[in-house]
Amino acid sequence: MKLLFDGVSGRALILLALFFAVLAAAPLFVNDYLLVVLITILYFAYAGQCWNIMMGFAGQLSLGHALYIGLGAYVTAALYVKFGVSPWIGLVPAMIIAGAVGAVIGFLAFRFGVSGVYFAILTIAFAEFARIGFDHFSWVGGAAGYFLPVANYTQNDLLNLRGSQRMFYYIVFAMTVIAFIICHLLLRSRAGYYWLAIRESPEAAEALGINVFRYKMYAVVLSAAMTSLGGVIFAFFYNNLFPEQVFHISRSIEIILGPIIGGIGTLFGPIVGAFLLTGLAEGLREVMLRLGIDLPGVKQVFYGLCLLGVVMFLPEGVWPSLKKKLGLDRGNEGS
Amino acid sequence: MALLEVSGISKSFSGLKAVQNVTFDVPEGKIVALIGPNGAGKTTCFNLIAGVYQPDTGSITLNGARIDGRRPDEICKAGIGRTFQIVKPFAGLSVLDNVVVGALNSASSIIEARRKADEVLEILGLAPKRLQPASTLTLPDRKRLEVARALATQPKLLLLDEVMAGLRPTEVDQIVSVLLDLNKRGLTILLIEHVMRAVMALSGNVIVLHHGELISRGTPDEIAKDPKVLECYLGEEAL
Repeated sequence: MKLLFDGVSGRALILLALFFAVLAAAPLFVNDYLLVVLITILYFAYAGQCWNIMMGFAGQLSLGHALYIGLGAYVTAALYVKFGVSPWIGLVPAMIIAGAVGAVIGFLAFRFGVSGVYFAILTIAFAEFARIGFDHFSWVGGAAGYFLPVANYTQNDLLNLRGSQRMFYYIVFAMTVIAFIICHLLLRSRAGYYWLAIRESPEAAEALGINVFRYKMYAVVLSAAMTSLGGVIFAFFYNNLFPEQVFHISRSIEIILGPIIGGIGTLFGPIVGAFLLTGLAEGLREVMLRLGIDLPGVKQVFYGLCLLGVVMFLPEGVWPSLKKKLGLDRGNEGS
Repeated sequence: MALLEVSGISKSFSGLKAVQNVTFDVPEGKIVALIGPNGAGKTTCFNLIAGVYQPDTGSITLNGARIDGRRPDEICKAGIGRTFQIVKPFAGLSVLDNVVVGALNSASSIIEARRKADEVLEILGLAPKRLQPASTLTLPDRKRLEVARALATQPKLLLLDEVMAGLRPTEVDQIVSVLLDLNKRGLTILLIEHVMRAVMALSGNVIVLHHGELISRGTPDEIAKDPKVLECYLGEEAL
């Protein structure tokens, strides 16, 4: 517990508690539509947080995180539909498989000195490989898609993740909070320090006794395994999986926009970014709907404009400057 | 047996012989200076010792154990700390966190590493700037940070690559006194240096490299009288 609160100001704790309290109480006040928006936001906040471990902490740019989402989704969905395995059990093999795939990609890249842009391309290649592979993987429906049985559930079946949106909301909310705490603790651990060192200068990190290969591998495997949990939610919330959608590069990009706009390498960046992007995009959609304007692709244009604005005016992301405004800046690293 | 023994190491980069058959040793508790004109192979020598490159021939031992062919992190763990001529601070981290990373090499917990880092920062006079991002430091301070970070790994042997370059004479004297103090406490130092003021003050033992070869070694006085050294620094006509 001491480690958890070490170096966190009282003001930050109060604001954090308030923020999470509002989120916890939100389902009592919002309608079904807003609840779905909130689920989407928290889903992106969670996935962005996981991606941030690799890019924000260890400095390894992955542009293929949809791969791990997809693996988590397909593994748990197939185990559930074919064998009746609860997703709570299914998530164990899902995380192991995603982690193992992450390890393979990491090993290939770091062992043979593939880094920077080339590493990013490698991650895209693996995600595309999975997309095309699953297109032809008829055991789980191939290109025609894979569907989870949907029925009107009178009560929540938490064990099998069948139930109301409210239930899903609280699950994603819990995941987001847990991922936040894990990342907070990681940044204060030996691994956290080593990752930041590797991100800033791999040569200097190595000269200070850090096994750079090993710690990069830790980051990739952890990030992949955690991301696959997001896939479990994706599968059981949407109830349908199409390789063309799940593994598509636009999914990977969606995941990383949040942390980029919120602030790469910060703990709150992914959450702030997810709220800003999804929140504003949904707001925009609503306004367009009211005005009777139907423009497909407007969300993507909007995302592009947000990204442009942030890159030009807030290259460190929204959170670092927001943090200053909230008076939480103490010249320290992290949160 | 000397702490560091370098025997017959060579390294070529696609035909260019950067270091050729260099042999020297660094006795425990001493300060040895490695000097030579630009391009003499001093930094390559350092990189061979620190494990950045593998020597083509020869061997390097620390306390009698072979270290050539090991990775840089293994060599650091074995007890050699190094600085970089072109400083490589962890720019986004605070000065303190930079040094904490180094201290974690031997510390078993973050709290212990912070304590050690604070001690080292105090020694090098960086304590007042401990919470600043390293990117805000001036060059002399960055050089000091390099030393602090390497020192925090608690090395037996410290390799310093031109940490005085670009410093004012008073700053040089400051670092010299810090290094002498550390040396008194048992730290062995091998340094590359162009600032002769520092070399003279620190070291009774100078090694001169020229075109990748060791051409002379001895006390600063002996070196200054060696015609081969004068030739490589001043040209033949000067003699």
